[in-house]
Amino acid sequence: MNAPLPAAAVLDAVDPATRRAEVADALAQVLPAHALLSRREDTVPYECDGLTAYRQVPLVVALPENEAQVAAVLRTCHRLGVPVVARGAGTGLSGGALPHALGVTLSLAKFSRIVAIDPLARTATVQSGVRNLAISEAAAPFGLFYAPDPSSQIACTIGGNVAENSGGVHCLKYGMTLHNVLKVRGFTVEGEAVEFGAEALDAPGLDLLSVVVGSEGMLAVIVEVTVKLLPRPQLARCIVASFDDVRKAGDAVAAIIAAGIIPAGLEMMDGPMTAAVEDFVHAGYDLDAAAILLCESDGTPAEVEHEIARMLEVMRASGATRFEASASEAERLRFWSGRKNAFPASGRISPDYMCMDSTIPRKRLADMLEAIGAMEKTHRLRCVNVFHAGDGNLHPLILFDANVPDELHRAEAFGAEILELSVEMGGTVTGEHGVGVEKLGSMCVQFSPVERAQMLALKAAFDPAGLLNPGKMIPTLHRCAEGGKMHVKRGLLPFPELPRF
Amino acid sequence: MNANEAVEAVAERIRAAGGAGRRLRIRGGGTKDFYGEPAEGDVLDTRGLDAPAEHEPTELVVTASAGTRLRTLEALLAEQGQCLPFEPPHFGPEATVGGMIATGLSGPSRAAAGSVRDHLLGVTLLTGTGEQMHFGGRVIKNVAGYDVSRLIAGSLGILGVVVEASLKVLPMAEACVTRRFDLNPADALAALQAWGRQPLPLDASAWWNGNLVVRLRGSIAAVEQAAATVGGDPIDDALATPFWEGLREHTDPFFEAADEAIAHQDATLWRLSMPPAAPLLGLAGDELIEWHGAQRWLATSIDPGSVRAAATAAGGHATIFRGRDRSAGTFTPLAAPLARIHERLKQAFDPAGVLNPGRLYPGL
Repeated sequence: MNAPLPAAAVLDAVDPATRRAEVADALAQVLPAHALLSRREDTVPYECDGLTAYRQVPLVVALPENEAQVAAVLRTCHRLGVPVVARGAGTGLSGGALPHALGVTLSLAKFSRIVAIDPLARTATVQSGVRNLAISEAAAPFGLFYAPDPSSQIACTIGGNVAENSGGVHCLKYGMTLHNVLKVRGFTVEGEAVEFGAEALDAPGLDLLSVVVGSEGMLAVIVEVTVKLLPRPQLARCIVASFDDVRKAGDAVAAIIAAGIIPAGLEMMDGPMTAAVEDFVHAGYDLDAAAILLCESDGTPAEVEHEIARMLEVMRASGATRFEASASEAERLRFWSGRKNAFPASGRISPDYMCMDSTIPRKRLADMLEAIGAMEKTHRLRCVNVFHAGDGNLHPLILFDANVPDELHRAEAFGAEILELSVEMGGTVTGEHGVGVEKLGSMCVQFSPVERAQMLALKAAFDPAGLLNPGKMIPTLHRCAEGGKMHVKRGLLPFPELPRF
Repeated sequence: MNANEAVEAVAERIRAAGGAGRRLRIRGGGTKDFYGEPAEGDVLDTRGLDAPAEHEPTELVVTASAGTRLRTLEALLAEQGQCLPFEPPHFGPEATVGGMIATGLSGPSRAAAGSVRDHLLGVTLLTGTGEQMHFGGRVIKNVAGYDVSRLIAGSLGILGVVVEASLKVLPMAEACVTRRFDLNPADALAALQAWGRQPLPLDASAWWNGNLVVRLRGSIAAVEQAAATVGGDPIDDALATPFWEGLREHTDPFFEAADEAIAHQDATLWRLSMPPAAPLLGLAGDELIEWHGAQRWLATSIDPGSVRAAATAAGGHATIFRGRDRSAGTFTPLAAPLARIHERLKQAFDPAGVLNPGRLYPGL
């Protein structure tokens, strides 16, 4: 992890109070008084997102109520050279919506209207402040749903999902946000209206939607999103299986895929994580297991019955010590309740925790768990593990107490080691939470200087003035040099097959 | 020449061309040379980039070099019971992985299975300055940095030369059945929309000349049940397999007739990419509808401007797929802010304009 943005250097050059007055006056020309917050007691609630370790009060907060106001805010900020940080519900876990000390936080909270549900085209067009779950709720009367389901789905907005290319527990079968978005509409940094994607399955020219989704608010400000809806499966059932050895559980994950099965969800929790959630929600998990797998099948009743039987067969052959398929929807939800409460359960057993989000090839899951076990000793901290095993996406939760001197520092070093090992294994430092400010240092490990320079050039193609959420996601060359992080060349490590613990 | 030397040779070619003010047209098997605006410059043959593919069946990932023949890659996947679910067209035995990515074209299953872009996990690229870069990776979930790899799909080589690519692959479906219906095009679209709202494994569809043909694909249980739901006349695999292959490879009678019309009546074959529920455009000519309404092929001799205007008005876009008259531009022109972003991206990836100049849009 990294220190927050180097705003101090900028602050030296400009007096924030003077700048605040200048920017607030200019925005007051284009926004009603109630849509502009500039007093400290009003802007403090915006000082962080879901990553609370980093805080920064913005210069002002703008809460536009219509598109004309968004365009006017952007034009004003562009004229004054003020950074703009777009913000949805603020549930992001990597500090992507951390305010800029000399910037405007542009809240899209008032863009909360479902514009249209089109059951014939099977699309929903919604404003970017609409909550993820609200889309599926609005589509439910038509027997349709929106597939990506990040665990914060009751609160997080579709605009934030687009910014982060959010995932969830059903990505392996249904894809990430990009795979489920057809079109986004919004404004360029200059305040000009722009559309990426189409209601058709493709758009002319370069596939700009691919880079706009997941761009963490750095390429454009999005006010409306058109998503694909899918027919809701008739039935879903879930298997919970116990293993006495993490390696057997990891092998079972590969065996499921090797059997030609694409589960709707495939999740793994290690023993300590299982114990923590069981104590919290009493889901009935096996407390003797070294790891448990949750494996879901959805589809027609006949299809699910057949697939569940095949999944159980693989679990048995992989050495599961206990396994059980849900017999009712209530039981299925109970099986999932523990997994869905992994983060709050960790909060109960430790004053603080730090959540990692790297992805590795599935076949390395057990290697990674063993490596994390060794790191617990090196860094003298506990770590509980919950994985989107089907995607190889890891969420190790490093437990620490920020009030104990040095524990935050050790937790950060622990996290950085997990991310570096993930890159060495051929993976990535973030699977679904985004880089934000949290993983800037790790980007130096994953990408070479020319690759990072190319990404900065891509940003400049959309945002020549560099005003949209500056300083996030792509570290500067200078920053990487200062952090002392070495780029790990994929596939070119000496002896890549040797375990590195 | 080993794999690294082959990459270095291509990089050197790019640098030399840049230094000498020359232009390069990137070419694999040449099977898709017809697609896009006319190519300019010296041929840069990518078939030397042919390191063996690395397939990890339990990861559902394959990494293949740009010069690898698509048929070689598909045969390798088939050995493990896996496939490229988007059914990329070959348009000839020499088709390569690089061409598949550069054109971004997908086959009959696209509406259900997704596109080339949806399955692209990472690329290694040589930019217009000959620098080698990796974007994305070999894992399914990855949000580190801008998703440059997916931007490359369908970019027609204007941003860089693909060296290798990693793709998500899937197990082949357990079951596949094809059904035929006598329907006019409006009723065919209505039927597809009604089925689309139900959880049916509706994979591919094609309407032409009074016939709607649909393919159901998935688990045995789901396909059997769905076949009973949709009804229609069963089409034997011995007929169905070559039928879908003909759509994928444009060897179907519709496309043969279109080729005739292009050759003798100066017709144009248009690809209309439409919102699937958009009504029929009612343009004169012969029309074949795929992708549950989202891809409509039109062979016609009417004025290009009116075809493009009709598609745009209905929320879609029209591409001249085959045909000589390119005066209207091969692709639908871009809105002003998008055109500006395209120009700056070209500048960022290929500042000297070495790679496939003008292939996507004149001047890019």
